[in-house]
Amino acid sequence: MKKLLNTLYITLPDAYLALKGENVVIVQDEEVIGRVPLHNLEAICTFGRQGASPALMAACMEKSIAITFLSTSGRFRGRVIGSTKGNVTLRRTQYRFADDEEKSTEISKHFLIGKLYNAKWSLERITRDHALRIDLEKFKTKSAFLSESIQQLTVADNLEVLRGIEGNAASAYFSVMDDMILQQKEDFFYKGRSRRPPLDNVNALLSFVYTLLASDVGAALETVGLDAYVGFLHRDRPGRMSLALDVMEELRSVYADRFVLSLINKKQVQASDFLKKESGAVIMTDKARKEILQLWQKRKEEQITHPFLKEKISWGLVPHAQAMLLARFLRGDLDAYPPFLWK
Amino acid sequence: MTVYDSSEFLSLSGIQHFEFCERQWALIHIEQEWEENVLTIEGNQLHERTDDPFIREKRKGVLYVRGLPVHSAILGLTGICDVVEFYKDENGVTLDKEEGKYLPIPVEYKRGKPKKDQSDIFQLTAQAICLEDMLFCKVSQGSLFYHEIRRRIDVEITEELKKQVKETARRMHEYYQRRHTPRVKTGKHCKNCSLRHICLPELLTKESVASYMKRMLAE
Repeated sequence: MKKLLNTLYITLPDAYLALKGENVVIVQDEEVIGRVPLHNLEAICTFGRQGASPALMAACMEKSIAITFLSTSGRFRGRVIGSTKGNVTLRRTQYRFADDEEKSTEISKHFLIGKLYNAKWSLERITRDHALRIDLEKFKTKSAFLSESIQQLTVADNLEVLRGIEGNAASAYFSVMDDMILQQKEDFFYKGRSRRPPLDNVNALLSFVYTLLASDVGAALETVGLDAYVGFLHRDRPGRMSLALDVMEELRSVYADRFVLSLINKKQVQASDFLKKESGAVIMTDKARKEILQLWQKRKEEQITHPFLKEKISWGLVPHAQAMLLARFLRGDLDAYPPFLWK
Repeated sequence: MTVYDSSEFLSLSGIQHFEFCERQWALIHIEQEWEENVLTIEGNQLHERTDDPFIREKRKGVLYVRGLPVHSAILGLTGICDVVEFYKDENGVTLDKEEGKYLPIPVEYKRGKPKKDQSDIFQLTAQAICLEDMLFCKVSQGSLFYHEIRRRIDVEITEELKKQVKETARRMHEYYQRRHTPRVKTGKHCKNCSLRHICLPELLTKESVASYMKRMLAE
């Protein structure tokens, strides 16, 4: 498995990125405030307004380091990547599969089985770890419902049916999201998903972390030569990384949601990290964003054993492993796409 | 005999990949996968020094040409010879700007030491066939220079070798036309492969996804 290199996150809104020798330098108010050698980096993610120099972009393209530009509030604006990697035959196969309802259904089924399996085991984990603090009965019911939904998925035969099963299962899972918040309940609660803008602290956290995950998954897909914009479950929409969203499904609960919950439950975020605007929109402070990114990067370095590869890898490489396995399946090396099934 | 059009030419250096592992060749040349590692970077640096096409020297009647682009329509391969030495020889051919007749000897520079497999010899043989095709002469000698042991090993380019290389080139074209990445047996050679992180040879012997799903969902 390839090595996990660092992602450089730039959260200062007024920072400008430039190239100096083989380093990326971070410039603010015409002063160099940071310097990182490019060979340590896999990706650069900037939340700044100022952008990056063309020379830096060229150097990153050469070294296959993706630069992702996000708005200061974390919305994806675009990405600079080098020449498309991988072979045109693989992408053609991807497009052919995407055009074929039956094949798209088979792949999407595995994405969603992964999603519900992981959601189910996230709930089971809570019942095991915090049996005394939660409504066990409620969790067991939801978990059983998810098991049933997985059974339904295995026999579903078109995308509409898949989406229906997923919709119901997702609302079952999110109906106990609030019960999984065990600390700071007065400031952190979940009453339903709100986006663009998020209307409470939990949604602000979820949106931010989903963006990070989508960006990691998108980069991983491009690295193995797949087109991150052409999905199977998510259909094409200009500017949307549909395939990244597809592959992300199975990682949402175990990777993103659990990260958000642990931020709250371990009190690594506080109410003071959020600001409520007049419109009801909730935005995060720069300080909070910076701290969360550091924890995110740390989380990515934790080692796990991949359930299918049975190989020790870091959490941060899971998107890469799944992208690689998907490419393997499309190429015909594997009999199906193996989702990341995590207990 | 098949004669390939230049648009179909494959990379000559690929023949050593193909001989080392057919899957490795397909990953690099069909799937365009490549991962730089210490060994490949060292190799590049070595070639930077030997490949300069603007160096042409003559010492003691021998002409040394570096970075010589060659191809063969019979093999359907194109590539660059690190160094070609031209020796005065009555059976040779005339060269532009030179007096007398010459015969070429290709010299290929390698980072490591002599290998157990034939891959380097095959690459050299392919270069010899290209030189024969382009210069209309017979090439029956070549040399491999191994950087690690700093020794030059002379290789006799036999008719049998040429036959094997032609057959190998034919198989390369056949796979390329089908865009076929063969599955091959894993072995000791996988340890020295720069693509093992992409190839993941063990993956080919893993349980099927069907049984993985069944096992995990049964728990």
